[in-house]
Amino acid sequence: MPDLLIELFSEEIPARMQRRAGEDLKKLMTDGLVEAGLTYASAAAFSTPRRLTLTVEGVLAASPATVEERKGPRADAPGKAIEGFLRGAGLTRDQVEARDTPKGAVLFARIEKPGRPAAEIIGEVLDKTIRGFPWPKSMRWGAGSLRWVRPLQSILCILSDEAGAQVVPLDVDGLVAGDRTRGHRFMAPDAFSVVSFEDYTAKLKRAYVVLDPAERADAIWHEATNMAFANGLEVVEDAGLLAEVAGLVEWPVVLMGRIADDFLDLPPEVLQTSMKEHQKFFSVRNPKTGRIERFITVANRETADNGATILAGNEKVLSARLADAKFFWENDLRVAKAGMEPWLEQLKNVTFHAKLGTQAERIDRIAALARELAPMVGADADQTERAARLAKADLSSEMVYEFPELQGLMGRYYIDALGEGAAVAAAAEEHYSPLGPSDGVPTAPVSVAVALADKIDTLTGFWAIDEKPTGSKDPFALRRAALGLIRIVVENEQELKFVPVFFSAYATLLGRSVGKREAINAAELVSAAQLIGDPELVKRIRDETDSLSDEYVKEIADRSFHFTEEKTEALGTFLHDRLKVYLRDQGIWHDIIDACIAMEGNDDLTLLAKRARALLEVLKTEDGENLIQGFKRANNILTQAQEVDGVEYSYGADVKFAETDEERALFAALDQAEGQIEPALQQQDFATAMTALAGLRGPIDAFFEAVMINTENATVRRNRLNLLSRITKLCTSVADLTRIEG
Amino acid sequence: MSDTTTAPKSFQEIILRLQNYWAAKGCAVLQPYDMEVGAGTFHPATTLRSLGTQPWAAAYVQPSRRPTDGRYGENPNRLQHYYQYQVLIKPSPPDLQELYLGSLEAIGIDMALHDIRFVEDDWESPTLGAWGLGWEVWCDGMEVSQFTYFQQVGGHDCHPVSGELTYGLERLAMYVLGVDHVMAMPFNDPQTPIALTYGDVFKQTEEEYARWNFDMADTDVLLRHFDEAETHCREILDAPHDDPKTGKRIVMVHPAYDQCIKASHLFNLLDARGVISVTERQAYIGRVRALAKLCADAFVQTAAGGWQPEGAA
Repeated sequence: MPDLLIELFSEEIPARMQRRAGEDLKKLMTDGLVEAGLTYASAAAFSTPRRLTLTVEGVLAASPATVEERKGPRADAPGKAIEGFLRGAGLTRDQVEARDTPKGAVLFARIEKPGRPAAEIIGEVLDKTIRGFPWPKSMRWGAGSLRWVRPLQSILCILSDEAGAQVVPLDVDGLVAGDRTRGHRFMAPDAFSVVSFEDYTAKLKRAYVVLDPAERADAIWHEATNMAFANGLEVVEDAGLLAEVAGLVEWPVVLMGRIADDFLDLPPEVLQTSMKEHQKFFSVRNPKTGRIERFITVANRETADNGATILAGNEKVLSARLADAKFFWENDLRVAKAGMEPWLEQLKNVTFHAKLGTQAERIDRIAALARELAPMVGADADQTERAARLAKADLSSEMVYEFPELQGLMGRYYIDALGEGAAVAAAAEEHYSPLGPSDGVPTAPVSVAVALADKIDTLTGFWAIDEKPTGSKDPFALRRAALGLIRIVVENEQELKFVPVFFSAYATLLGRSVGKREAINAAELVSAAQLIGDPELVKRIRDETDSLSDEYVKEIADRSFHFTEEKTEALGTFLHDRLKVYLRDQGIWHDIIDACIAMEGNDDLTLLAKRARALLEVLKTEDGENLIQGFKRANNILTQAQEVDGVEYSYGADVKFAETDEERALFAALDQAEGQIEPALQQQDFATAMTALAGLRGPIDAFFEAVMINTENATVRRNRLNLLSRITKLCTSVADLTRIEG
Repeated sequence: MSDTTTAPKSFQEIILRLQNYWAAKGCAVLQPYDMEVGAGTFHPATTLRSLGTQPWAAAYVQPSRRPTDGRYGENPNRLQHYYQYQVLIKPSPPDLQELYLGSLEAIGIDMALHDIRFVEDDWESPTLGAWGLGWEVWCDGMEVSQFTYFQQVGGHDCHPVSGELTYGLERLAMYVLGVDHVMAMPFNDPQTPIALTYGDVFKQTEEEYARWNFDMADTDVLLRHFDEAETHCREILDAPHDDPKTGKRIVMVHPAYDQCIKASHLFNLLDARGVISVTERQAYIGRVRALAKLCADAFVQTAAGGWQPEGAA
């Protein structure tokens, strides 16, 4: 069976798109071939900056012939119906057969489709693949209308077997497929022809092209680490950079260069970022000092001077870049040491969001909130407020303007230089955390307070203006903010009720005085009315600025309060939903969480998580599982009886009406469990409460085994129903077990 | 014809070699546009001529001004006034990359010793409503040119597509000449009796303009001029195509486009003066883009833009 080789040769393909493009080429081609009946043994795709290559081994030489039988109209049907049938089948009357069926003679057509040669099918599928290729961004060139990621220059497409290679006939807008390709742009630019995939890779290697990106990446990493090791140094790992660099060269040549002494005292993160972002260099570190001292660059060619000119050029460019970085660093340090005032001033001109004001206004809100949170998380209020005021100052720094990814980290360096102390400096870096599910949460109290305030301001703010995440759209990363908030609280076991905190945040957002019904400031009233989203109210206030009556003040205050209530509730639901996702990843099912959310105090996330974990543990035991059955049985009987009788059975179960030992035993067990559960709940010791609850399983089971609830004796029946009520009340004082499924 | 086998000696020799090279490749060698622009792309020979169906091939030097980049002539690489070399060929020829590499050889870059790379860099000009795909070209890790296939200009799809090359002349020349500070770069032949450096020609003007750009330019006047340029651009284009005096059809695209260029430069000046807030920025850019679009719409209504009178073959 023949093998297929395809190469799409173009001008330089962006590195970040190459891998995906190889996969797409493989999928589109092999799917297309299989759909047309051409199966194959194996396929692999490769890419370089200038080519996408696909090899498919063991392709059928032709698609198998197929036979389709089609049922038509009755043989005595009107002529038109028969004509239509024949036309559809592509046959004449004498080619179709009339068969006797229960409905009489019916026409049957046998449509035979002969197999098609592989080349014909491949040509069609490749044409379609090229024209419909899913590039993230594609372009036209010259006077043509074909689209590709960059101009497509040639197509190699051959089918080869023992007899030799055959070019697949194909012409895509004037690009005629052939068996020729080219080597390295500079080192071996001449065209050559190939007869198979082996021949192709071997000839490419002789022409200074390593086809396989993984082989190029391995070679680069191997050579780079060897070179560093020989100098007693180590390369800073960066898988993303390695993949990118491997996509920028066909013939990697690794070179190690020096960083001029002037720049060695820049923060290592600055050196690393500058070298990576601008030059795509790897950083080389001295393991003894932790400093970045050299760089690795990967050239795309060998030269007679062994890369000396290339390396000298790269060192020069790096020096110019680092001179910029050093200039930013020194300028920034001057501003930082003088107190960062100009930076904070500048943030007054930076819009955070059109409806939520400037960065400076946001910082004011965060500072106020962080101050309130400080005592709750064990931080000093003054220090926390100071940290919150400085944490985003670096957004105005020159370094962060140049390298936005260094935000926070530069803040830490600069606040350190200002001499504000380690806790305040750390908050600048840590208040953005956690950045993702694998990022750690801050634990230092000041950082915790500022990080929480930052996230709470984000959530309450965007909820206020109805910019909530929908489906896959979450442009302001609000799910991440919510998860960050949850993780900081739960992982630090912070006892923090979010409802009052959200009320505080909204009071700040709407204007503190508005909430207190003391507002006399028209501007504050207007902005509150704008946030509440009532243009008519805004207009009324504006029209009457001079003589704002108390009525308006009161109206705004009332509206603000309702607004806050409504937003806080919606946000609480969102947080609970995110908590479910977070806890589900830890193996806690949603019904368990629902059972806990239904309880009082559900705005304390730590309490919620603790309760859910304890409930999970108890439900894992046999007692726990059976207790649920007992509880449900009790609850069902009780509910039905209450419905039928129209009475609520809640109080008054008395052991003196007990008729059996099992009944009396249950009374005793409930007394004992209540004695344990109540104090345990008071201390939020859910494990003890749940264990005590699970201990009721035996007595409850025995009770149901021995006792008939709906007995003739009305007093006894009432007493038993009241007893059931005691069971359900005690159970639901721990968690709302009615929500547990199964 | 300058000798391309030896290394160039001066800034101007590099420019001359580029001029000769692209002239030999069939480009019309044009002169700089006589207005203040932020980049060579603003020259009507690029912006307008990349529109419509008529073939085009032009190369030129364009003095370019970026007021925010002024450093009083002290920074080794940054200038508020610098030169770009610009090539525009429509339709883009299939061997444009090879032609470009030939131009690097012409200015003395030996392909056997240097590492030339085409690194993804998509170009977008929000003020011109234009974008294209291409690369920045690296020589030993330094960006020496911008290489773009125009896909859209002034909101119009480019058909055919133009290939655009932009060389940052100072940076490229400093590299080729081995100079570390732009002001130290020989402008003319250093062996000549009156040898001049780039600093001799431009150090003082950089200082003067930096001071004026940052501190002196009258923002009220600039704001007023911006509004006037915007209004006038629209007025010009609103005028009927048929000229009542000559009886000819004259669409005044270029005079209108001059106003668009003016507005764009005034915006850059205002930006350097720091009087445009982040939110206003987008609005100003949008106003300039609207003018660029109107000019593009009008250009394709002219002969140079491929328009033909009704009934023409």
